[in-house]
Amino acid sequence: MLGKTANGLFWMSRYLERAENTVRLIETGQRIALTRSGASDDDWTSVLQTAGALGAYKEAHDEVTRDQAIDWMLRAGDNPSSVLSTIKTARQNARTVRTAITGEVWEATNAIYMYACDTLRRKVGERDLQEVLGHVRRRTALVRGVTHGTMLRNDIYDFARLGTFLERADNTARILDVKYYVLLPSVRAVGSAIDNVQWETILRSVSAQGGFRMEYGNATEPRDIAHFLILDRRMPRSLAFCIGKICDNLGYLAASYGTQPTSLQRAIKMQQKKLSGDMDAIFDSGLHEFIQDFLSDLADLGGQIQTDYRFVE
Amino acid sequence: MTTGDTYDEMWGRGDDLRPPYEGYKHWLDGEDAKRLRAKRREADELFRLTGITFNVYGRADAEERLIPFDIIPRIISSREWRKLSRGIEQRVRAINAFLHDIYHRQEIIRAGRLPKEMITQNEAFEPKMIGVTPPGGIYTHISGIDLVRTGDDQFYVLEDNARTPSGVSYMLENRETMLHMFPELFLNNRVMPVQGYPRDLHASLAASAPDISGAKPTVAVLTPGIFNSAYYEHAFLADQMGVELVEGHDLRVVDGRVAMRTTQGYQPIDVLYRRVDDAFLDPLNFNPDSQLGVPGIMDVYRAGGITIANAPGTGIADDKAIYSYMPEIVEFYTGERPLLENVPTYRCSEKDALAYVLDNLSELVVKEVHGSGGYGMLIGPTASKKELSEFRKKLTARPGNYIAQPTLSLSTVPIFTNAGLAPRHVDLRPFVLYSPKGVRITPGGLTRVALKKGSLVVNSSQGGGTKDTWVLDD
Repeated sequence: MLGKTANGLFWMSRYLERAENTVRLIETGQRIALTRSGASDDDWTSVLQTAGALGAYKEAHDEVTRDQAIDWMLRAGDNPSSVLSTIKTARQNARTVRTAITGEVWEATNAIYMYACDTLRRKVGERDLQEVLGHVRRRTALVRGVTHGTMLRNDIYDFARLGTFLERADNTARILDVKYYVLLPSVRAVGSAIDNVQWETILRSVSAQGGFRMEYGNATEPRDIAHFLILDRRMPRSLAFCIGKICDNLGYLAASYGTQPTSLQRAIKMQQKKLSGDMDAIFDSGLHEFIQDFLSDLADLGGQIQTDYRFVE
Repeated sequence: MTTGDTYDEMWGRGDDLRPPYEGYKHWLDGEDAKRLRAKRREADELFRLTGITFNVYGRADAEERLIPFDIIPRIISSREWRKLSRGIEQRVRAINAFLHDIYHRQEIIRAGRLPKEMITQNEAFEPKMIGVTPPGGIYTHISGIDLVRTGDDQFYVLEDNARTPSGVSYMLENRETMLHMFPELFLNNRVMPVQGYPRDLHASLAASAPDISGAKPTVAVLTPGIFNSAYYEHAFLADQMGVELVEGHDLRVVDGRVAMRTTQGYQPIDVLYRRVDDAFLDPLNFNPDSQLGVPGIMDVYRAGGITIANAPGTGIADDKAIYSYMPEIVEFYTGERPLLENVPTYRCSEKDALAYVLDNLSELVVKEVHGSGGYGMLIGPTASKKELSEFRKKLTARPGNYIAQPTLSLSTVPIFTNAGLAPRHVDLRPFVLYSPKGVRITPGGLTRVALKKGSLVVNSSQGGGTKDTWVLDD
């Protein structure tokens, strides 16, 4: 396989995952605005921050308003992480790897692109917003579904999966990074209505409210949330789950190529050193520091994968 | 149901249905217009979804566009096809013999059958190919011979595409679309299949591999990249052949071979089906500014380390000035009379011809010698006074740059419109594969149709569409 193709597959999947995550963040922001009286535009600042879009937003706008924040994350052309921009980039990458993906994966990707170009050409009105967001989310799920259902389990699939899980781990870690303070043990004593909203926000941002209830019931404990999102290996958006998948896929690649690349060793190290202990250890050494370290290790891992597999010259 | 002199392939020159269309017409009579309109929308949707698009140069607003597809097939009888394919094979063999000759002993010039200036003063002649024999002696692994029809038994070759003819993906996708939408048609009509093309292409390219390669040569398709107008086709062909689609920056010369950067290091390529023009192929040997090619590939090529398909320098064979000598070329190399006719051509470089062309400009089609894609072309009968006078100036200034041909009354085939069937002019591009194992022509080819009423320009870049082309196995 060409290094360029591996690169294209990796980024195609990353961008699709990013589009989906951004949609989920907007949906969460919207949910807060609709269900909580006294919700303010501050909530959108934190949503923007979680989406990694606050800095660029502030360069383009004087103040954070709900309307503009949604538009920025959904369709702004000068925001490379907007849903529209990421879908375009994903599709561009899909075109460069057209020969590596199945016809069904291409068609599903092209279909999101056509839908997004068509629907997000103009500002999305309030009454259409939910529907549009739901539509994008379902369509990204369709790409994942046909990828799962039609692609050979070979190196092509591995590179696509690596992109997905690196992006997903990054997204979950950024949500934790922005909201870590509401999960600290010291906050537990407070347990105010505000905290409840914050906790719900976190769970919703990773579509985990149902899974969490199934495991922990209705009593929301911040420590449980932190555990669920960081260490729970059954939760498909947790850091441990994502790194586990990355280890698996790097392992398959290493086996089929007969090499032991540095990236695999790094991933295993992250899993063993950071994600195999318990929450006490993480709280003791500092939740914030833990997340910061994790994000930095994750970025290094992405870079190492690109080097190991000759994505670029 | 046609008027005037135009020959319609369904109705001939009158109201008598021609035999190849009988089966189809019978089916069509049982269809209602509403269903067909729905089918046409379905076809558009299908093309859009599969991403069968092309890019139009110089149009920032429309990065990708669909080529309009018409649901009425163009139908050719097996007798007609047998005759055409014999003529096409003869022509392609002659072109390859011609290319070998002019890059070696130039017997055709010594014999006085082709003026020396046609070669020496021709930009399409590639001096770097002198004395180079490509692996297997094949120059045009893939060619597209553009044909037009003016009567029952009258076909002309309009153009030989010996560089990198495009459009074959449309031939294949048009058929897929028809099979999907109208399966019953293919149960009741014996239509010769075209789907074997990618496999034939791969076999043909592999058979042309250099001696240095192993039993299973590595084939790759070289594309200029996703912004090229034919990128879809490049990706499609690579996908269908199961080979890598590479760009210049994926390749480099390693140990005397051209190799591609894979996830496991550099891997040599035996046959490169390149969809990049000669000038951009090798910055060390041709255009030094090229970002699309591979530095040093020509040196590997000359040393027999890779097959480049088509060979560099084949452009001389589809040059429009050389075209006018094709009857002589065919006869010289095959010793036979040409089976396919050329369109009568005036070489404006010749004084008498130029005078005639200037006097009859409004009745002629004038083409730039090195142009392609319908750009830089004048169609006399439909041109405005301003266009005529502009071309008059161009012709007088650089006569050697142009040829002229009578405006042919191209045949029509009906297209489906909201107001029912309507005749539109068509041409045909059959695709020809050539390897040391022989010539292979896919039955049919790409039918291009001018969608505007009365228009003779079928190029997709100028508003043309396409049709599925049937060769009946009758």
